[in-house]
Amino acid sequence: MSVDKDTVNKIARLSRIAINDEEAEKMVGELNGILAWVEQLGEVDVTGVEPMTAVIPNKTRLRDDIVTDGDMRDKVLANAPAKEGIFFGVPKVIE
Amino acid sequence: MSEYRIQGETGEWEVVIGLEVHAQITSNAKLFSGASAAYGGEPNSHVSLVDAAMPGMLPVPNRECIRQAVRTGMAINAQINAWSRFDRKNYFYADLPQGYQISQLYHPIVGEGEIEVILDEKDADSPRKTIGIERIHVEQDAGKLMHDQHPTMSYVDLNRCGVALMEIVSKPDMNSPAEAGAYVKKLRSILRYVGSCDGNMEEGSMRADVNVSVRKPGGELGTRTETKNVNSIRFVMQTIEVEARRQVDLIEDGGAVVQETRLFDPNKMETRSMRSKEDAHDYRYFPDPDLLPLELDDAFLEECRASLPELPDAKRVRYEGMGLSAYNAAVLTAEAETAFWFEDLLAQGAEPKQASNWLQSELFGALNRLGKSLDESPVNPAQAAELLKLVSDGTISGSIAKQVFEIMLETGQGASAIVEEKGLKQTSDTGAIEAVIAEILAANPGQLEAYRGGKEQLFGFFVGQTMKAMQGKANPGVVNDLLKKALA
Amino acid sequence: MTDLTKLGVAAIRDGVASGAFKAVEVAEAFNTNVAAAKVLNAFIVETPEKAVEAAQAVDADRAAGKPLGKMAGVPIGMKDLFCTEGVQTTAASHILEGFIPQYESTVSANLWRAGAGMLGKLNMDQFAMGSSNETSYFGNVISPWKRGGGDNAALAPGGSSGGSASAIAARLCPAATGTDTGGSIRQPAAFVGISGIKPTYGRCSRWGIVAFASSLDQAGPMARDVRDCAIMLEAMAGFDPKDSTSLDLAVPDWEAALSSDLRGKKVGIPKEYRLDGIDEDIAAMWDNGIAWLKDAGAEIVEISLPHTKYALPAYYIIAPAEASSNLARYDGVRYGLRDLPDGAGLQDMYAATRAAGFGAEVRRRIMIGTYVLSAGFYDAYYTQAQKVRALIARDFEQAWGVCDLILAPTAPSAAFGLGEKTNDPLSMYLNDVFAVPASLAGLPAMSVPGGLSKEGLPLGLQIVGKALDEQGVLNAGLAIEERAGFTAEAEKWW
Ligand SMILES: [Mg+2]
Ligand SMILES: [Zn+2]
Repeated sequence: MSVDKDTVNKIARLSRIAINDEEAEKMVGELNGILAWVEQLGEVDVTGVEPMTAVIPNKTRLRDDIVTDGDMRDKVLANAPAKEGIFFGVPKVIE
Repeated sequence: MSEYRIQGETGEWEVVIGLEVHAQITSNAKLFSGASAAYGGEPNSHVSLVDAAMPGMLPVPNRECIRQAVRTGMAINAQINAWSRFDRKNYFYADLPQGYQISQLYHPIVGEGEIEVILDEKDADSPRKTIGIERIHVEQDAGKLMHDQHPTMSYVDLNRCGVALMEIVSKPDMNSPAEAGAYVKKLRSILRYVGSCDGNMEEGSMRADVNVSVRKPGGELGTRTETKNVNSIRFVMQTIEVEARRQVDLIEDGGAVVQETRLFDPNKMETRSMRSKEDAHDYRYFPDPDLLPLELDDAFLEECRASLPELPDAKRVRYEGMGLSAYNAAVLTAEAETAFWFEDLLAQGAEPKQASNWLQSELFGALNRLGKSLDESPVNPAQAAELLKLVSDGTISGSIAKQVFEIMLETGQGASAIVEEKGLKQTSDTGAIEAVIAEILAANPGQLEAYRGGKEQLFGFFVGQTMKAMQGKANPGVVNDLLKKALA
Repeated sequence: MTDLTKLGVAAIRDGVASGAFKAVEVAEAFNTNVAAAKVLNAFIVETPEKAVEAAQAVDADRAAGKPLGKMAGVPIGMKDLFCTEGVQTTAASHILEGFIPQYESTVSANLWRAGAGMLGKLNMDQFAMGSSNETSYFGNVISPWKRGGGDNAALAPGGSSGGSASAIAARLCPAATGTDTGGSIRQPAAFVGISGIKPTYGRCSRWGIVAFASSLDQAGPMARDVRDCAIMLEAMAGFDPKDSTSLDLAVPDWEAALSSDLRGKKVGIPKEYRLDGIDEDIAAMWDNGIAWLKDAGAEIVEISLPHTKYALPAYYIIAPAEASSNLARYDGVRYGLRDLPDGAGLQDMYAATRAAGFGAEVRRRIMIGTYVLSAGFYDAYYTQAQKVRALIARDFEQAWGVCDLILAPTAPSAAFGLGEKTNDPLSMYLNDVFAVPASLAGLPAMSVPGGLSKEGLPLGLQIVGKALDEQGVLNAGLAIEERAGFTAEAEKWW
């Protein structure tokens, strides 16, 4: 599977990373190089193998249903690049 | 169930409907953080660093949310998956701080189940239909955007971010707005019985994505559209009507239905494409590497099962067995609120048939007049049971009971106290009643003559006069007997 | 008076405890070295006052006769991947420039509680993506080492914990935190002649560490010797209910149980690691390592890890996939950089912000990750990679049937020059060929100095152990350390 410039542009859009034509062009080569290399994984016979789900045998612990957090609006908003009063501001979204 | 058909220029069309209902799980804290899940609250106050997706923050699942999803699954006889896991659904939006929603795609916690719906629950003979449930999975809710606070900006409030939802996905088993409405109603009732969701559609704790397609009856499935976040049963039904109509008109005009997400505008009674959200519909689901597989042990599952209440269908059958009419049993069990109230009434010793009749006529009537819900009833089940007891043991008559109930509603006083204070106990004292009857007959010679002349329907007139003179306190049976004697 | 900056963790801890010197003196000595080494660019933020404050608290506790922590009086460097309350944390990225966390990572909090102090935030590869510390927005970190023979080329300290490596090697700090996703503790440790251990996945909490690849990321110590690593790992590790993948196990007393007596231990030598064209120096060092472990009493056995060859490609699917999602939160809304071109809507703001905020390597990996997860490719890439990963873990499981530990080189070569590999991502990725398998399997793995290359640059030996057997790994590391007699140091030129 190899990618072309349209695909690169599509991936960039999905990734929300703006790229210009020149960058897209360059990325075509880079991505194809890496993808061609990772495709050797296709050689591996994985019949009957389950994809790994937990690195170390361990399962999810569940938390008690108690309110232990929150109520820290100042901390939550402390680093906001566009704080609007008690809200985060973003460019107007038209729906 | 019902033959719902849309009449087009080319003939009849059938509608195929599937619903994805998002139900907020009742819990104190959020699904993956310790922040409050309570509705309302100052903007951005029910937000932890995890909810705001600060760098390095990690999710830890809330046991109660998992438990409620499992109990809900059990309530619809669904397959419970003791091994499930969470996946990330990746997309960018300002109400989604992580850039992904933690949800379940590949291994949902609840698999296939079913719900039986009655088209008209008040009619025992109304057709029934079983709607298949595809799955229930657990996921995070998103935050809220406000668009009207600033000329060029939208404001972001993350309070709802991370609140636990169940997404209950039906099979495309419904074929009319009425069926869809009955399904949502029944589902909401089950959730309330189970206690896993308050079913409050106004506050957004339940909302439906409505999948609609049309086809010629029995034909191939058509392309479906998904109308998002419809937040009342009426709107669900209206969405189906207008969307199905739109699709039929579109196809008949030579167009084709596009698979897309839409929204319903109840003011214009139309659905509209949400193209702004359409772009790049590739969610890149993959297992959330911050979370390990969710494995539920037998003890956990056992507790979930043991803590399930009697569900509406079972309850209805039991009530019918207690001698209630099918209609009454259906009304009492349709809503958890009613059923629980009725159960309380029985627990206080009320007789089932009497309690059922009183609840459905007197109490519902009064609440209707007052514009109150059962939750807000000024009279509680214990007080009601006391009133019913006074009737069943002959202390007061049914008509006095009505008066007493009115006073109870107004003053909150107990029934016995009111009867005592106002001297409303009914009398079976034959001497007193005979004396009153004699007065009545003497005062109404014309009617007496007519009655004796064969106008027997005047018997009721004499009963009424006697009861009135006795201020309703005479035992009606005794009055009947004595009147018959006196008039003979 | 002795130069306190020549001391390691144990010596400082013991000296402070015994009263041989004050913690404040140690902090000041290291602060001085830090201030004088700007050319190495090892730090993004220096916090001399924090180091002194912590030291004063330790001195006060000692004076008051209070018990002292495991790291009492030891000033350390903190990789800039750890969120530190009130101190800028950037993951060496422009997108987080100016971000002041309102919280402290669990691991750094554990260290402060143990009495350590912070000299500053260490430079690194941006979002820990890199093997040479050339992807930092704040500039390359330079290794204190030079090739022999008057070659003045600036060398890479390795990555991604390059600032940690360079700072320790240059004695700007006695120890530092690192994180290892696919070799980011071990490879830089090898490049600069120090020790570093990545513990079993789940030993150290990931809470408050800027995530790169969640299923691989693991914090660990980097220090001058094995004992120092043991001490610091004890202080860093521990169960954390805030991390769902944290192991609910007590932290062993690794330092106390250190022993270089390896009698009864079997050490496996994986034949698949002997790549064709393996660097001669590396091969010779590996042979030395084998001899040292034999000398320490271990039995050497040849083992096979048949899927080794596929570890790196599997890693370069799994890590970018997780990263593409983990890094979605950097969107210019709640913190960090926001680039809002004129008239831009929300989605355009995201794209502009992320294009401006992420460096080239980060963008590249996000794009790869996005691609391999996208519709139609998920199974072919991601699912296949996770299956191969399961096979790699199974290879190790089978190896543990015949051995207790595995010995291999840490990296395929000595440090390379800055700029030598930047134009070829693949050749850069190959640096981690020996380090990545243990990461994929979540196993504890350590690098210790194994000798010098012909050019006089440090080389590292890697020991991989069974899950939770950090002790076995540390003990073998100690056995090598005692026999390698590695005393070489970078000559001070900065
Ligand atoms: Mg939906
Ligand atoms: Zn959903």
